[in-house]
Amino acid sequence: MIAVVDYKAGNLTSVMKALRAAGADPTLTDDPAVVRRADKVILPGVGHFAATRFLEERGLKAAIEERIVAGVPFLGICVGLQWLFSGSTEAPECAGLGAFPENCEKFAPGKKVPHVGWNSLAIRPGSRLLADVPDGSFVYFTHSWRAPVISATVAVTEYEEPFTAAVERGNVMGVQFHPEKSGDAGLRLLRNFLELSGC
Amino acid sequence: MLTRRIIACLDVRDGRVVKGVQFVDIVDAGDPAELAARHAAAGADEVVLLDITATHEGRGTLLSTVQRTARRLFVPFTVGGGIRTADEAAAVFDAGADKISINSAALARPELIGDIGSKFGAQAVIVAIDARRVPGLPVEAAEVFVAGGRKPTGRRAVEWAREAEERGAGEILLTSMDADGTRAGFDCELTAAVSEAVQIPVIASGGAGNAQHFTQVFREGKADAALAASIFHFGIADVRALKEELQRDGIPVRLPC
Repeated sequence: MIAVVDYKAGNLTSVMKALRAAGADPTLTDDPAVVRRADKVILPGVGHFAATRFLEERGLKAAIEERIVAGVPFLGICVGLQWLFSGSTEAPECAGLGAFPENCEKFAPGKKVPHVGWNSLAIRPGSRLLADVPDGSFVYFTHSWRAPVISATVAVTEYEEPFTAAVERGNVMGVQFHPEKSGDAGLRLLRNFLELSGC
Repeated sequence: MLTRRIIACLDVRDGRVVKGVQFVDIVDAGDPAELAARHAAAGADEVVLLDITATHEGRGTLLSTVQRTARRLFVPFTVGGGIRTADEAAAVFDAGADKISINSAALARPELIGDIGSKFGAQAVIVAIDARRVPGLPVEAAEVFVAGGRKPTGRRAVEWAREAEERGAGEILLTSMDADGTRAGFDCELTAAVSEAVQIPVIASGGAGNAQHFTQVFREGKADAALAASIFHFGIADVRALKEELQRDGIPVRLPC
């Protein structure tokens, strides 16, 4: 069962629709018990980092942590990727999952923020999530905060400065862009995730 | 590199496309779902559906039209026209829109911008501005019109764009009423004035007649995106062909797409 975690942060219709188009039958849930039964977990999100507080309050964070430790593939999208880090300056009072110790920060002033539109991926080799996604593929972004490039970064995008477009370490994965809105490249990525087995 | 977006726009009345981009080989040129899918396949970076239905009965068909259109679309999908409340916006999002566009309702009740943005995120709220230049006055004096361009508001477009941003709009869709329908090019001066006044992306609309016009509005108009509708009737095959020309001009576009 594929659990899409509903933490009341924006519109999840597109994510559900794209997952169905990629061949899945996802379950939208805000129930930790459902997450605990999932063999894949997706944390979507368009909105404010502070919305992730709901995960803690509802006991979803603990359920997700358990699943990750159990080896279940996890995919965070947009704010869902940022939540994998220690936190974000967007809501310093909210702790992220801390799978990666770095912090997310706002884009440096200079260019227009938010970063909205189609930008390209510089893909690092070895990613299961991005298998068969051609290097240089364009994907759709809309965000003002970004994660730094770290050793687990598997795709880098440039907007004034390089930032993490995709991160992957074992079964823990995240994308800053919106695969559900990124045409064929996005659907390919979602299919890759759906085809993963636990580790 | 962040690319400049080409957005295909469909004007829909009572669930049928009445104007906008059409394909010569399409069987049913009036079906929004079919046309939207064709635009996406032809390289459109986003699709906008503007509902220009006047009747109450027609409004009812909007949600099913949005639903059908969204089902086959995996690029950002914006719906505008007649959205007056946060509840109406919520229904359009539920039907599958990624962003909504509001115009008259935002001017009448500017809090609406924040109401929708706080629930669905600023990125989901586009404020559409229809503006007309005031003869003899500088571009900053361009005035905002509502009711399909029939009613002046006394508001200045540049100021209203700035206020919309402060209230939480994610993007501005700026239509030059002077340029609209002329096919003589976008109003680059007006677009630049608005684009420089705000931090959020500005989508230019009105006046496109050839690929050169797009290059101009991206370069001189400092537009982040441009809306294309009837241009495809006049010598440009589709969005991909337009993007190839823009790329030759040195404008970053999403190619291959």
